[in-house]
Amino acid sequence: MADEYILTRTEGRVAVLTLNRPDVLNALNIPLMDQLIETMERLDNDPAVRCMVLTGNQKAFAAGADIKEMAEASVVDMYERNNLARWERIKRVRKPIIAAVSGFCLGGGCELAMHCDIIIAAESAQFGQPEINIGVIPGAGGTQRLSKAVGKYRAMELILTGRFFTAKEAYEMGLATRVVPTEVCLEESVKLAKEIAERSPMAVRFAKEAVLKAFESPLSEGLDYERKIFYMLFATEDQKEGMKAFMEKRKAEYTGR
Amino acid sequence: MGFETLLVETENHVCTVTLNRPDAMNAIDERVTKELQKALKEISRDKTVRCLLLTGAGRAFCVGQDLKEATAGKKPLDFATRLRRGYNPVIQQLMSLEIPTLAGINGAAAGAGWSLALACDMRIAASNVKFVSAFSNIGLVPDSAMTWTLPRLVGYAKALEIAWFSDPISAETALQLGLIHRMVEPDNFASATRDMAVRLAGRPTKGLALARRAMVAGMQNDVAAQLEYEAMLQGIAGQTKDYQEGVTAFIEKRQAEFTGE
Repeated sequence: MADEYILTRTEGRVAVLTLNRPDVLNALNIPLMDQLIETMERLDNDPAVRCMVLTGNQKAFAAGADIKEMAEASVVDMYERNNLARWERIKRVRKPIIAAVSGFCLGGGCELAMHCDIIIAAESAQFGQPEINIGVIPGAGGTQRLSKAVGKYRAMELILTGRFFTAKEAYEMGLATRVVPTEVCLEESVKLAKEIAERSPMAVRFAKEAVLKAFESPLSEGLDYERKIFYMLFATEDQKEGMKAFMEKRKAEYTGR
Repeated sequence: MGFETLLVETENHVCTVTLNRPDAMNAIDERVTKELQKALKEISRDKTVRCLLLTGAGRAFCVGQDLKEATAGKKPLDFATRLRRGYNPVIQQLMSLEIPTLAGINGAAAGAGWSLALACDMRIAASNVKFVSAFSNIGLVPDSAMTWTLPRLVGYAKALEIAWFSDPISAETALQLGLIHRMVEPDNFASATRDMAVRLAGRPTKGLALARRAMVAGMQNDVAAQLEYEAMLQGIAGQTKDYQEGVTAFIEKRQAEFTGE
């Protein structure tokens, strides 16, 4: 059997995916990324799962790409492999993904976290896009997503110097939504995922899509898009149940229909 | 662990780090900060160590930066770089150790030497000890976190007075100001310090570390954030073996035997 680079377990309606190359600080090689993408797509189609949590271990979420894999590659090799393009498939996952980040979250690791929808940072988390220090630049969305997350000027400094930044900085810049003690980072992330999983899965998925739309389109187009989704959700049973439960002052039971 | 400027030994779960340049009043040069960084790193990885005791060999605890080093070169010392590479990591490491830290102040503590003691969780001092900020006597700013620790211990106004005048402070005054936790006669210093370190090492280590984290966070958080933070930390503490042992011992009406796990 091939190495199991992604460990998967479920807690209720939440799937927890653990990057599993601990001996190399979860360096992201091609087989690991392939397994991760396939696992995410499978869970995206699994009706029992409503939200995902992606995590590493306490030492590292992921310390970056596997440098060994590419150090000697030519431009043609890299172009032919084109493995970074496959990461785009994560973008198309419709269920929300929470990154529970402890320890090193660098380079490709940081970009992977930014492919997720929410980042919860442990106090021990260290973020960074240090590609500049080895003669390249981020190649899996770092220059684009970090800029959108923290703004041009901060992103510029971080990407041009490659310096690491702390969980607290990540929080203050709006990259991480919470900083929590390292020991409970995963637990708190799962708790948040469970809260999201209690909501209407249709509404949650469309909400994710609408928020992401904000980064892809001009405001008027995004507003149109949002409004259409809002109207469209009135075709779901969950909308009827949600509003009825609100008026009856009880907890809604969502079915995903 | 070969050190030139430190003595490092562990007994009864207490790791004693002794600044060991007695002829230079344990002044800090580049070797000292480098070795402290190394020693603290090793301590942070050693699960058997449950208390750090920082003390000095000879007459002084530590008189701070070695001014011979500062004036030796043709060019003036690059203070900013020296702090960033030497002192700052030491203070950061010291303050983030997951075990209680105790400064055993056997003799004079001046400048960054005093800063080191202030960066420890607790301080015990011999009654004949003097504390001096000293930085302002040579036109410098208190460093190694003294401007962070001092106002938190004695309040802003007193801290500024100490920083500006650099008047020597006796152990007795230090005790009154809350700058030290205990003052003991010089003859009893060694045994009282050891007792205190051993006692700290026998406490529930994880719970102590979490309590410190909470208090440091509390200096910045509002009440709502702090309550939430406490809840998370208590969730962690409640899963330790020491919690189990503490509760069991309480019910069985016996002394708890904490292991630090």
